[in-house]
Amino acid sequence: TSAAMAAVWGRGLLAPLSGRPRAGPRARLRPGLRSVAAAAAAPLYDVVVSGGGMVGSAMAAVLGHDIHFHDKKIALLEAGPGKEYDRMPDSYSNRVSSISPGSATLLSSFGAWDHVCSLRLKPFRRMQVWDACSEAMIVFEKDDLDDMGYIVENDVIMSALTKQLNAVADRVEVFYRSRAVGYTWPLPSHSCDTSPWVQIELSDGRRLQTKLLIGADGHNSIVRKEAEIKNIEHQYDQSAVVATLHLSEATDNNVAWQRFLPTGPIALLPLSDTASSLVWSTSHEHASELLAMDEESFVDSINSAFWSNINHSDFIDTAGAMFRSAISLLKPSGTAVRQLPPSVAKVDPESRAMFPLGMGHATQYVQHRMALIGDAAHRVHPLAGQGVNLGFGDIACLAHHLSAAAFNGSDLGSLKHLLKFETERQRHNVSLIAAIDMLKRLYSTRLAPLVLLRTWGLQATNALPPVKVRI
Amino acid sequence: QLSLFRLTMKRLFSASHSSVDSKEMKKFQLLAQKWWDEEGEYSALHSMNDIRVPFIRDTLLNMSSNYHLGNPLSGVKILDVGCGGGLLSEPLGRLGASVTGIDPLEDNIRTADQHKSFDPVLAKRIQYKSSSLEEIVEECMETFDVIVASEVVEHVADLEMFIKCCSQVLKPEGSLFITTINKTQLSYVLGIVVAEKIIGVVPEGTHEWEKFVPPEELERLLESNGFSVKTVNGMLYNPLSGSWSWMESTSINYAMHAVKSGAQGQSSPADVPSELGSEQPLATAGTTV
Repeated sequence: TSAAMAAVWGRGLLAPLSGRPRAGPRARLRPGLRSVAAAAAAPLYDVVVSGGGMVGSAMAAVLGHDIHFHDKKIALLEAGPGKEYDRMPDSYSNRVSSISPGSATLLSSFGAWDHVCSLRLKPFRRMQVWDACSEAMIVFEKDDLDDMGYIVENDVIMSALTKQLNAVADRVEVFYRSRAVGYTWPLPSHSCDTSPWVQIELSDGRRLQTKLLIGADGHNSIVRKEAEIKNIEHQYDQSAVVATLHLSEATDNNVAWQRFLPTGPIALLPLSDTASSLVWSTSHEHASELLAMDEESFVDSINSAFWSNINHSDFIDTAGAMFRSAISLLKPSGTAVRQLPPSVAKVDPESRAMFPLGMGHATQYVQHRMALIGDAAHRVHPLAGQGVNLGFGDIACLAHHLSAAAFNGSDLGSLKHLLKFETERQRHNVSLIAAIDMLKRLYSTRLAPLVLLRTWGLQATNALPPVKVRI
Repeated sequence: QLSLFRLTMKRLFSASHSSVDSKEMKKFQLLAQKWWDEEGEYSALHSMNDIRVPFIRDTLLNMSSNYHLGNPLSGVKILDVGCGGGLLSEPLGRLGASVTGIDPLEDNIRTADQHKSFDPVLAKRIQYKSSSLEEIVEECMETFDVIVASEVVEHVADLEMFIKCCSQVLKPEGSLFITTINKTQLSYVLGIVVAEKIIGVVPEGTHEWEKFVPPEELERLLESNGFSVKTVNGMLYNPLSGSWSWMESTSINYAMHAVKSGAQGQSSPADVPSELGSEQPLATAGTTV
């Protein structure tokens, strides 16, 4: 059923691919078409990455370290200032990401992971996810006691990426405090007097040209909008509250905890033996309340969210218990040991913040001389900790195709290999994005039938290794 | 590419002083603007780059011991005979080679020049000249490390003279890469009837079956003119996916790599061409589509 749902979702999310206009965005013969002479004045790059966040910076760094890009010119456009730390400040930043082993592999392929490790990160071995409305629980754990993932502050990742970008400064030019305000797209088969390259105009009037523009400018991507790519998007009625918390007592803190409340999931991500990061997705009103209340009440709310059984109902409890005994008959190892989450003692002052949540998916990831990666292409709910990992996955795939194209002497902006990237990533992303969205909706309710469904579903999933491994 | 006149016949007429055929030129004249439309008349040639560029690149990399992966053909001087709009010259230029592209049709050269002009790196690495092969022989004796004649010899008037000229402008131990079409029943059916008349993936009238060259004959001509044939590989075009792939059988399209013998005029005794022209069963080609 989830496959069928994903298929339905997939068709909706993708829109008719046959409708891809051949001439890029509907022959935009805007005044942007300058004479060849003027266009020739603007410096020409092989690749320009627009957006210097984690995904944009990593993309530029990966290409800069690629052997087949040895003599190519790459530019990275970032609206903010550069950030590099030799040592992290003592307090933790409140924006963290859960980095999957696959993403860690990508980061180590160009030397950034070493910098992350020398700054700070927290590996976790186990993930416990459970329902506030029942006893149903699922535990993720790797058999070989390997790390399941790493909790890393976004600033740490950015610092590591900046270091690696500096290492290839002869190939990658980073433009800080530079915002792109306009893009002009070429027609695929250009005629004599029009430039075949993408023209970029910066806010300070400077111009660049490029053979391939990679849009990594976030979920409100300007690159995507200027390319007139339809974006399927949906604002959740939720905001995420983040904060840095201190635990009541030091512990091995290598478990990531997530509890699905009817108002939204609350997650505790380990930062160290004594500190964890909070990501609490809840309604806008509740989020504002949480930010406004004093620190003690805030801490109490968190502990209560993790420990209280107020949402249980006898019916669900009994049904859940029945199912659990059924499973233990069929599969004795199928029920996991429930660990108790740590309790919180303090919150870092000034560390509370909130931001609105939504989902989005671009119907096309590529066009002639343009590709979207990261949140510009897809935006998900943080409940699965997948957001930035999807972006890193995009990078690995696009870099692979671009590297092969460069080694074949191909035109980097050619749709041929860009389409291969799009197909591979959409195939991977669409079902995951649909599943995350479905989970978010499924867990947003107290209605008994749905609670029962997800209770049994969660318990069953916990008992079935093949399904768990896939997740 | 375009080779002059040479109306079929047997080899009774040997006295042709040019390898360019004016009838062929007219055919390509009409399409001179269409080279760079990747989905247009020349789409099959665009996608052929996906196998012919790696073939040339890897063969040359294997033969040389010092190269830089970031710039694999750096320092290599290549002559692209019958370059058309520059479809093959540009990727070779991007890989670092210094490319000279020649084509008898001026309009083609104009298109090629104009297309490369926007990329300063290519503009420097590639030079185009409207000329036939014979016309440059005198000033280019033993100048080039590599000659590529891709989809050209089936349009040439006098193949033997063409090969002789290649030998003259090639340095000793230099490489000659040829891709062309075999002269078989299958190549008539697939290469002309299906490709031109039915599917239309090749503009109608582009090819004449009489001028197709069987690999055995090409090899014979090469070997008797100072070349040593190293590799022969069959190629197959899939019209559904629009992509090319290698295949065992050379019944339809094929690629050949030959090396001009060294200064002593001996080819090294150790080479054995990987596929000699023994008759290949035709059945394999038809079933792979």
